[in-house]
Amino acid sequence: MPRLAVWIVRTALIYLGCGFTVGGYMLLNKGLRLDPNFLTWVYMHEELLLIGWMLQFVIGVAFWILPRFMTAPKYGAIELAWAGYIVLNMGVLTTIVGTWIEGPGSAAALIGRGLEIVAAATFAIYMWPRVRPFLVG
Amino acid sequence: MPPLTRYFIKASLIYLVSALLVGGAALARAPLGLPSWVGLLQPVYYHLLMVGWVTQMIFGVAYWMFPKFSKTEPRRSVPLGWAIFITLNIGLLLRVVGEPLVTLNPASGLGWMLAVSAVLQWIAGFGFIVNTWARVKER
Ligand code: HEM
Repeated sequence: MPRLAVWIVRTALIYLGCGFTVGGYMLLNKGLRLDPNFLTWVYMHEELLLIGWMLQFVIGVAFWILPRFMTAPKYGAIELAWAGYIVLNMGVLTTIVGTWIEGPGSAAALIGRGLEIVAAATFAIYMWPRVRPFLVG
Repeated sequence: MPPLTRYFIKASLIYLVSALLVGGAALARAPLGLPSWVGLLQPVYYHLLMVGWVTQMIFGVAYWMFPKFSKTEPRRSVPLGWAIFITLNIGLLLRVVGEPLVTLNPASGLGWMLAVSAVLQWIAGFGFIVNTWARVKER
């Protein structure tokens, strides 16, 4: 597995741990009502698991297993993929902070979402040429 | 494909079908005149899909395909793998049954089902991280 795939997949695993912890906290409180305001955590939970865990994990595995190029650089424009990784995680963290402080319509949450869109486009541009038959070019 | 992966993937397929049935029922509640409690199944639908289907499919395929941990323990701990499968599924099923019941009748005394479900799913998530972390490595 190339270094960037290790970073992306391990980051996704960290989000999985955080997201399940927040989800577990909410579900426990839905049952036992120790904290009646447990739903304030729901935006953080969604962001951690939908983008931080699932989307990021899929991108990490795609980066790992899509066909490589026969000649160097084997992984193509790898700086673009690193940029996508960094911007994606800035987006997730900004969205989490924004929704936590001011709710889903806050400016920070919108900026976070914007960063996520930029990251998605960056990954799409990076991956596009790697989507092709094995052992060609 | 190791036996545990077959269990993960087949279970995830069952959840996929169940999730779509539950989601469909929730959507069709008003037009078909289904009982009002069907409308309470929204979070169950979501989590059947996200935990039961997607996450469980990922767990099964990663257990199978990720780089080997070592020659003697290619998939790291097999017993931990099974523990993840069992806790995730018992946890999710407890939620599927318990969440609508608790929402319908908060005084039912069934809140413990959600608490146990939360702990079991949390254990499954962390079990997967522990078993997978060191297999995510550079070659
Ligand atoms: C990949 C995994 C997961 C994803 C993508 C996910 C996603 C979501 C989403 C989108 C919602 C909001 C649903 C809505 O607005 O109706 C939600 C709510 C919730 N989630 Fe999760 N979730 C995941 C795993 C979990 C786990 C493992 C737990 C518990 C151990 C959990 C507990 C909850 C609870 C308690 C709520 C609030 C339900 C309510 O409205 O009362 N989630 N989740």
